[in-house]
Amino acid sequence: MGFEYTVFILLLPLLSFIVLGLAGMKMSHKTAGLIGTCSLGLVTILSYIAAFQYFTADRVNGVFQTIVPFNMTWLPLGNLHFDMGILLDPISVMMLIVISTVSFMVHIYSFGYMHGEKGFQRYYAFLSLFTMSMLGLVLATNIFQMYMFWELVGVSSYLLIGFYYPLKPAIAASKKAFIVTRFADMFFLIGILTFGYFTDSFSFSFAGDIVMGQGTTPFIEGNMAKAAAAGAFIIPTALVLMFIGGAGKSAMFPLHIWLPDAMEGPTPVSALIHAATMVVAGVFQIARMFPLWIQYAPEAMSIVVWVGVFTAFYAAAVACAQSDIKRVLAFSTISQIAFMMVALGVSLPGHEAILDNHAQLGYMAGMFHLFTHAMFKACLFLGAGCIIHAVHSNEMELMGGLRKYMPITNATFLISCLAIAGIPFFSGFSSKDEIITACFAYSPVVGWIMTGIAAMTAFYMFRLYYGIFWGTENVEAHEHHTPHEAPLTMTIPLIVLSVITLGVGIYSTLAGFLGWGGSFGSFVSAAGTDYTIHFDVQIAATSTIIAILSICLATYIYKGESQPIADRLYKTFPKLHRAAYKRFYQDEIWQFVTHKIIFRCVSTPIAWFDRHVVDGTFNFMAWGANEAGESLRPWQSGDVRQYAVWFLTGTVALTLLLLAI
Amino acid sequence: MVPVQYYFVLSALLFFIGVYGFISRRNLIAMLISIELVLNAVDINFAAFNRLLFPDGMEGMFMTLFSIGVSAAESAVAIAIIINVYRNFKSDSVDSITNMKR
Repeated sequence: MGFEYTVFILLLPLLSFIVLGLAGMKMSHKTAGLIGTCSLGLVTILSYIAAFQYFTADRVNGVFQTIVPFNMTWLPLGNLHFDMGILLDPISVMMLIVISTVSFMVHIYSFGYMHGEKGFQRYYAFLSLFTMSMLGLVLATNIFQMYMFWELVGVSSYLLIGFYYPLKPAIAASKKAFIVTRFADMFFLIGILTFGYFTDSFSFSFAGDIVMGQGTTPFIEGNMAKAAAAGAFIIPTALVLMFIGGAGKSAMFPLHIWLPDAMEGPTPVSALIHAATMVVAGVFQIARMFPLWIQYAPEAMSIVVWVGVFTAFYAAAVACAQSDIKRVLAFSTISQIAFMMVALGVSLPGHEAILDNHAQLGYMAGMFHLFTHAMFKACLFLGAGCIIHAVHSNEMELMGGLRKYMPITNATFLISCLAIAGIPFFSGFSSKDEIITACFAYSPVVGWIMTGIAAMTAFYMFRLYYGIFWGTENVEAHEHHTPHEAPLTMTIPLIVLSVITLGVGIYSTLAGFLGWGGSFGSFVSAAGTDYTIHFDVQIAATSTIIAILSICLATYIYKGESQPIADRLYKTFPKLHRAAYKRFYQDEIWQFVTHKIIFRCVSTPIAWFDRHVVDGTFNFMAWGANEAGESLRPWQSGDVRQYAVWFLTGTVALTLLLLAI
Repeated sequence: MVPVQYYFVLSALLFFIGVYGFISRRNLIAMLISIELVLNAVDINFAAFNRLLFPDGMEGMFMTLFSIGVSAAESAVAIAIIINVYRNFKSDSVDSITNMKR
């Protein structure tokens, strides 16, 4: 059996988008939702079949084969050609599972969450569009196709953030997200074009064909010798430009500013797009280009590491001071994506060491964290959605003491918090621990910094947890409206996602300590080989103890009815709290740079030039044509005798002229 | 025998009378007659030049006959058009048909 049916993984959501987009307004809410959800259910089933078939197929030389079931030349351009196709390799199949699972859960969840909203059909149409684009992105056979779908996810993200378009903040947030990511994508495009120009290829055939640890010569379709002849800096430059694009999509500092605002969209959208799938596109891109990074730009990889480290720290610090629960989760997402970036970056201890174990570890850990994070962060966001549904607010102050009203949400939220904090037997532990091990192998400094950030993660997540479910109940707010557990359509996805989190966590923790196979590394690793995860007991113990200590600290500070320590800290460092609450003034800095410097010094002169010189030229030409027409117009009088006179005059003149010659 | 220059003088007179008539008249019939005059001037020229330059040949004469035939057909068509114009515009003035479409 081949993999040709994978085409339907892309076509089904596209079809449902077209149907819902064109005919949605004529359907009832229920029909529209069912169409979207059923097509997504089919996609999920197909993805699972594809994954099962792919991962149970025989390996060649211990490596999963890269399979291209479908590829066609879409646009030939001299040496270059843009293709459209489907590429299956371990990471894209892994992403298929992540995207289809989370998207399916979000589709089901939205039935409850978006119940009775105006534009319900439009919402499902956009969800289908997004899912199609995201699947196309991970299945792309070449970087140009990836870029096209990359832009499509950007558009669907824009549409969904601005779903509540009558509200001003939603419009502002959607524009901000679109402009910031477009700005970053400009660099991505330049990188792609640089790469294509110098290597004559956009194809991903280098990915998967490089067999690390096997000593085989990598086959690269692109003409790397030509690029190398043009200059050794070409490929690293192209890769770093592409990374800037990825950093924009994945909200790396300083391009992270759009993600917290993107929380203006419906909460299930935040779970799907701004936590689990789209924002990891940058990580996926680096993983996709990984063979190139290790071969041609190992030094440039340190940029990825340090951007990641700083972002992780910055976002964790800000998350400690936010009061809007979705903002806390947004900053936590930024921080966790930065963990993945760091993991990919530290896969390169040096040129010679490419083949050693730690190189594989970082890549594997980054992908593993992507997988586990998608599950537990989607669960957290969906849980936050249930809470917002019950309390009708995002502000933590209006919550507190919700655990007795919402037991299921409480339990699933707690499981996900434990997972993100990195407690053994929860999925986040295994992946984060591997990341920290890889960091220590790269450099102890990075290792300790990341351990510290992991501690901060545990702290702010439990601050959030206690703030919502424990602490003082806001009796005044609850009197009007007693909070209640969410309907079944909303709790089932929570349960499914937390079961995945628990199941993966328990198995991978046991496997890691006992050295079993069949854990994540067996499926996805840098070399494509079967990689057995072994925990470094020392590091695992350290990070567990630190995580538990910071949870205890959070419990001590935030669990009680009143929070004297938090208040005292707040009074001691009011400026620090204010700065963290204001996200260290990043938005203000961007505002200043764009409005005061770029707009004033660059855009205004350009606008003047455009208005006066460019427009002036064309206006002058139009004016000239107009004047010429005006002056010729009287000649067309409609008077036949006048024409005859002119005709006669002309004839006589011509005759005289000919006679004269 | 009439000297051949007389024919040319007659032809030139007829031609300019025709042109003058075409330019100065507003009446469609008058303009048609003027055009006929111009054509006749040309016919006379053909015949006269045939006599002057190629007394043995008959091509000029034939061309004259041919031209008379064509002009007869042409005036038939023109008169048909003029009648239609008159029926539609209730006028035979050339200025009344500045609009061909209503």
